[in-house]
Amino acid sequence: MALNRLSKTIRSSTCVHMILLAIFLFTAIIISSGLGYISINFTDVFKIIVSRITGNRDLLEGMNKIFLVVVLDVRLPRILTAAIVGAGLSISGTVFQGILLNPLADPYTLGVSAGAAFGASIAILFNINLFAFAGLSSCSVPVFAFAGAVATLFFVVFLASSNSSATRPGLSSNNLILSGIIVAAILSAGISFLKYLADEQVSIIIFWLMGSFASSGWPDVQLTLLFVCAGFLVSIFFARDLNLISLGDRTASSLGVDTKKVTLALLVTASLIAAACVSVSGIIGFVGLLVPHMIRAVTGPDNRRLIPVSMMAGAILLLCADTITRAVLPSEIPIGVLTAMIGGPFFCYIFKKRQMSGTGI
Amino acid sequence: MGFKIKEISFSYGDNKVIDNVSLHLEPGRFYGIIGPNGCGKSTFLDLLSGHSKPAEGSVFFMGQDLAKYSKKSLSRLIALVPQNFYINFSFTAKEIVLMGRYPHIPRFSAPSPQDMEIVNDIMTKTGISQFKSRFITELSGGERQRVVFARALAQDTRVLILDEATSNFDINYSIRMLNLAAQGVENNGKTVIAVLQEINLAAIFCDYLIFIKNGRIAAYGKTDEILSESTIKSVFNVNAKVYQEIYSNSKQVVFRR
Repeated sequence: MALNRLSKTIRSSTCVHMILLAIFLFTAIIISSGLGYISINFTDVFKIIVSRITGNRDLLEGMNKIFLVVVLDVRLPRILTAAIVGAGLSISGTVFQGILLNPLADPYTLGVSAGAAFGASIAILFNINLFAFAGLSSCSVPVFAFAGAVATLFFVVFLASSNSSATRPGLSSNNLILSGIIVAAILSAGISFLKYLADEQVSIIIFWLMGSFASSGWPDVQLTLLFVCAGFLVSIFFARDLNLISLGDRTASSLGVDTKKVTLALLVTASLIAAACVSVSGIIGFVGLLVPHMIRAVTGPDNRRLIPVSMMAGAILLLCADTITRAVLPSEIPIGVLTAMIGGPFFCYIFKKRQMSGTGI
Repeated sequence: MGFKIKEISFSYGDNKVIDNVSLHLEPGRFYGIIGPNGCGKSTFLDLLSGHSKPAEGSVFFMGQDLAKYSKKSLSRLIALVPQNFYINFSFTAKEIVLMGRYPHIPRFSAPSPQDMEIVNDIMTKTGISQFKSRFITELSGGERQRVVFARALAQDTRVLILDEATSNFDINYSIRMLNLAAQGVENNGKTVIAVLQEINLAAIFCDYLIFIKNGRIAAYGKTDEILSESTIKSVFNVNAKVYQEIYSNSKQVVFRR
């Protein structure tokens, strides 16, 4: 009975984590909406959001009309996109680490980022405006990035799958990682070549590659929200199976998991989340690697707890990082650079600590 | 109602690992599989556990083709202790044992008190209670193998497949764990199919021995009848002396340099 109580405590502690993180995230959204070139009172931000949701316009009386535009049309879409992308990259990273049996995998291990970058570079270089007729000229780059990411994923899975592998019929994690590295290397060379060809647009390509939320709008929010929510549901549905898969193929199989089916489903899910995130924000590194790591130290490796808590933590982390580059630093630096500059050294620290203690994380 | 194996073959590429094997395995018996390295023992177990499908022939389990079972229903009938396992993630020992109950717990449900009772009981029997909260990544090879063994026992299946499951145990735990498996056979009519490297240990515990060489069954029969100098010679190409031993109450094999 004591053990039953213990397991209840563990689960309720996850609930507590989730509630605390949700409150923290909401507060961060309100505070960061007030920060920026035009400083807005937090109570005003709160009023604007509440009036928007409830449709009660009385709350807005006596408020500067420009605040309304700044919060609803400029800051909120950017803030929400950053939070959703952070959540998505963290879910994706957690799932990849489980499937690839490797705590050092991340959403870009299979070359999704390189594929997206290649697609985006082509769209920028050839100045492709597929959607000009619909008045959506800004959509071409994300669409090409997404297509590039998905095409890369399918090629990598095709390359990695075999029927005669002795240890793992289907998709072995080593095959997947190796295929991902090979394809990413080819695509990187391709991107370099495109940069070389692009005279004037090279700065646009480079800026895109570094990642930014500066131009995020409501369509970006909707797109990422759709993918991240759907991806979250699929991931949480297979979370228990993912626990078993992370212990190896024969083990998972003997405990009733159809490993090939579940691996493929999760692989596609995690990659689609990453592809959607990359296509709106560019390549933002280290979030998908670090967040699951940090959270695993708190919740343990059980994906049923790890995935939801990582999602919230990732949202908060990327939102805060974006707010720092947008509102705190004197001039905006690309978010991808910031996360890599903070995340890289932190990762070195974790990695070294792991080496010293000789234990897994 | 056990396994009926009909002319199965399996190959990796051009390398035929299992070559036209037919065999009947009855429930309520402790089977030992013995053979040289790379003779196809693990592949044979994979075919029995439904992890791999035979290229030719079929395996019938409890009267039905193994390929027709769903993974889920199979996991309630057959448990496996794998030979190699690497665990990169710091699950606690208890979490790992509890995973053995997953096939019996619906996807989104918490484990019932009965599940926890089974888990605690098995952990006491396998002597891992004292490190139930330690991380699996911090345990020694033998301790880790005990945890994985306990997980398979917690699965509480009719068939238990052991793939060199005692390779990291000291002699105390080898005997203790195999006794736990044997108790299931004697008291509850379960079936154990174990690949063992230690011939003498196999002779003590197994009712029947299956010798595999080059993907074929080289010899099969009751332990007392089949274990002989000529069998050892033909399977391993090693000279040995086989004699009836009183203390262990079994046939034993001795070698010399």
